[in-house]
Amino acid sequence: MTVSVNPAQTGEPMFYLADEHPHPEGYSTSLGFWIYLMSDCLIFAMLFAAFGVLGGNYAAGPAPKDLFELPLVAVNTSMLLLSSITYGFAMLTMQQNKIAQTQMWLAITGLFGLAFIGIELSEFAHMIHEGATPQRSAFLSAFFTLVGTHGLHVSCGLIWLVTLMVQVWKFGLIEANRRRLMCLSMFWHFLDVVWIGVFTFVYLLGVLR
Amino acid sequence: MSPDLLKLIFGRLGLESLPLHEPIVVGTFAVVALGGATLLAGLTYFRLWGYLWREWFTTVDHKRIGIMYMILGIVMLLRGFADALMMRGQQMLAFNGSEGYLNAHHYDQVFTAHGVIMIFFVAMPLVTGLMNYVVPLQIGARDVSFPFLNNFSFWMTVGGAVLVMASLFIGEFARTGWLAYPPLSNIGYSPDVGVDYYIWALQVAGVGTTLSGINLICTIVKLRCPGMTMMKMPVFTWTSLCTNILIVASFPVLTVVLALLSLDRYVGTNFFTNDFGGSPMMYVNLIWIWGHPEVYILVLPAFGVFSEVTSTFSGKRLFGYTSMVYATVVITILSYLVWLHHFFTMGSGASVNSFFGITTMIISIPTGAKMFNWLFTMYRGRIRYELPMLWTIAFMLTFVLGGMTGVLLAVPPADFVLHNSLFLIAHFHNVIIGGVVFGAFAGINYWFPKAFGFKLDVFWGKLSFWFWVVGFYLAFMPLYVLGLMGVTRRLRVFDDPSLQIWFVIAAIGAFLVFLGILCMLMQFAVSFLKREQLKDVTGDPWDARTLEWATSSPPPDYNFAFTPVVHDNDAWWDMKKRGYQRPLTGFRPIHMPSSTGTGIILAGFATAMGFGLIWYIWWLAAGSFIAMLVVGIGHTFNYHRDFDIPAEDVIRTEDARTKLLAGAK
Amino acid sequence: MNTDTHAAHAGDHHHDDGHAHSTFSGYMLGFVLSVVLTAIPFWLVMSGALPSKQITALVIMAFAVVQIVVHMIYFLHMNTKSENGWSMMALIFTIVMVVIALSGSLWVMNHLNSNMMPMHEMTGMK
Repeated sequence: MTVSVNPAQTGEPMFYLADEHPHPEGYSTSLGFWIYLMSDCLIFAMLFAAFGVLGGNYAAGPAPKDLFELPLVAVNTSMLLLSSITYGFAMLTMQQNKIAQTQMWLAITGLFGLAFIGIELSEFAHMIHEGATPQRSAFLSAFFTLVGTHGLHVSCGLIWLVTLMVQVWKFGLIEANRRRLMCLSMFWHFLDVVWIGVFTFVYLLGVLR
Repeated sequence: MSPDLLKLIFGRLGLESLPLHEPIVVGTFAVVALGGATLLAGLTYFRLWGYLWREWFTTVDHKRIGIMYMILGIVMLLRGFADALMMRGQQMLAFNGSEGYLNAHHYDQVFTAHGVIMIFFVAMPLVTGLMNYVVPLQIGARDVSFPFLNNFSFWMTVGGAVLVMASLFIGEFARTGWLAYPPLSNIGYSPDVGVDYYIWALQVAGVGTTLSGINLICTIVKLRCPGMTMMKMPVFTWTSLCTNILIVASFPVLTVVLALLSLDRYVGTNFFTNDFGGSPMMYVNLIWIWGHPEVYILVLPAFGVFSEVTSTFSGKRLFGYTSMVYATVVITILSYLVWLHHFFTMGSGASVNSFFGITTMIISIPTGAKMFNWLFTMYRGRIRYELPMLWTIAFMLTFVLGGMTGVLLAVPPADFVLHNSLFLIAHFHNVIIGGVVFGAFAGINYWFPKAFGFKLDVFWGKLSFWFWVVGFYLAFMPLYVLGLMGVTRRLRVFDDPSLQIWFVIAAIGAFLVFLGILCMLMQFAVSFLKREQLKDVTGDPWDARTLEWATSSPPPDYNFAFTPVVHDNDAWWDMKKRGYQRPLTGFRPIHMPSSTGTGIILAGFATAMGFGLIWYIWWLAAGSFIAMLVVGIGHTFNYHRDFDIPAEDVIRTEDARTKLLAGAK
Repeated sequence: MNTDTHAAHAGDHHHDDGHAHSTFSGYMLGFVLSVVLTAIPFWLVMSGALPSKQITALVIMAFAVVQIVVHMIYFLHMNTKSENGWSMMALIFTIVMVVIALSGSLWVMNHLNSNMMPMHEMTGMK
């Protein structure tokens, strides 16, 4: 449908569309979801700001050097990175309409996500066990909140992933489900972007301090 | 029952939480309960519940949601204004050893609730309501981008308002001032539920505000009708776009800072404590990163209303459309660069203070440009002094005054003297009442005929206008004087009897404003009774210029039978000038979103979760959270959210309008 | 945004407008780049290969910025065309806001701390 605003044949201006089609379903969704992600980005920015301002206040408690185990963080980072590429494969197979393969890649993505959450939780548990609790110092409060919020987002992504797998299984790769998978893809990759900030500014720079 | 079991079921909620020892609150409760019971009984008697549920509560129609926002705003205005009257009364009386009639515990809640309610549950709903109603009509769209989300956002805002209202009768509200600065708001100094009410009311409402911001941005970007380029959008749509961009860019900050405060309160973290490396000033810094854009969120749509009103009632195209748009965009960016001027006195050095002082002064330049644009629009125009125009003129006078005192406060050394004084109070009421409230009233008087098909009564409108304007000046000019004399804000009793006369004048002013509000309610009632006399069948009672006046009043569910095509900034004016003929044939079915009850149910659970968290009723909080998840995910399994309005219905509606228009000629 | 003369939506009717079709090679390239850009900073910090901490810090921050760009391009498929440029516009606006809020907060709070901080905290700062 291409609208010529001034039909050349008559020269009369046209003030309404006599022949129009409704916007396709989900016409605004990808932009809307992107804007939501931008607002989420600001949430993380403020948590980074809190960490940036308070992250040096150890209150005579443990410092990053005493707490962070970089090899574990590296493993965790690779989990998230792997889950990103497997989600990419899910999107590629979705474009080729291969339901079974899409589901398989989604499942693998979910497993990597679970592994990430598992490692993060065990890291938290270990720290708390050593007395490095969120209450111990402003640094630890900011650390647990920032990293925990990211983990919470990943967990929400996992719930969403499972929901979508059920919906793809029940209704197939219909237009609505493709759109939803695309939104989750943006969400998932966005979380990986945030994690780049986390491992750089929290872990690596923390150990350097 | 054992105390442990009671604690498990009711958390810290007990009989002693009911403020039975406060006669004022008990009296209020009696009145509210009586009124509420009458309302509920009436609804039941006239069998209106089904109608309300089907046609209003579950609607996804942006027009009805907009109207519901306005009703919420006006209802909450009554509550917020009652608080204002109580404060003015207290400060007028508490001299010469008198303690007034409010004890400190109660008075502190009153001024906190007044601020929170007026900003979040009066100004925000009024502004959001106007945007919701008008923007899709102005851009020739059928609805917003995400109609279900719109309904959900509205009910989340209501959920926040419900929590604030609940605090009046169950427990207490915060006693911290409207921004709840720690360490006062931290658990050590505010162990009661007040601050928790504050936190969860704002969090619940904040989700709604953010989502409605995303929704309206998408609507404006994606759903403009053919021909409407960015630089052909009506100014109100432009200011709405910028406002919603600010909402999406700033409300997440509020969400974070309140989340951190709740972590401090609930978990015992050390973000804003004085010990273990926490920094209370970080809270102040973060909350003003949200707080300053917030005031522009409120005032930008008001600027948009005044632009529409000025050009309509001057019978002229808006002067300097392009500069108006650029000024709006510049204000949007600059509003993010000035937040520190709210705490010049915190102890940063001269370089920080001068940077933020200068950026603040710069903001007055685009704002001043707007003021001149309005003046030049009126210049040599044929001005009709209808109610919206009256409010606009009052705004121009009042807002310039408020703006100038603002520039004064932007000078850091002056601010060191005036910080936290009544001068500041006078300043921001000067801009918020003079800008936002007058703007909302101009908007209500302007668009009411569009929404309901009849104009508002002029006599009561003018009465309300004069009471408001005179009352405003009487109420706030004395506060400038008092502020310059060094009186600080939030005081409950005074020692110096020479100050009393100013407080008496201010109280008289507040009472006049009260009469103004009563006259406004009267105006609605009288207009409703005289609706046949005030009827407008043309859909364009003001001889206006923008697209919303091209359709009928009230507009049909689908807004426009055919999507309009736009050639000019003042699209409807252009259509009228060039002899546009309303199409009478060729109607087709129209695709529309269907109503859903999910929004109100989700928001209900969110509110219940907030209540559970406030009172440490963990089972309620957890249960509501799980219920939200289940309902939310369940909703995504519904793939059929639209329907077609059959062509016959469109024909019937449009034929009815054709008959009306013919009858009017 | 003011020069956006494109009529709002008349015309674009394909369902996935602006969402570039992703390719296997695109994802793989992004993945390999990310692995490299992640591995190097970790190695730099864990081995202490660079002589000064400050240089290491600057280098790993630079790597983070590059990797974020890589993710944006290859995983999030950002380009100037999707949604008529509105996605890019939203992103740029957000980055500006984030930079203002983040650097502003750090500046303001640092200034405050150096101005007002009691002595015992000074030792904790560095």
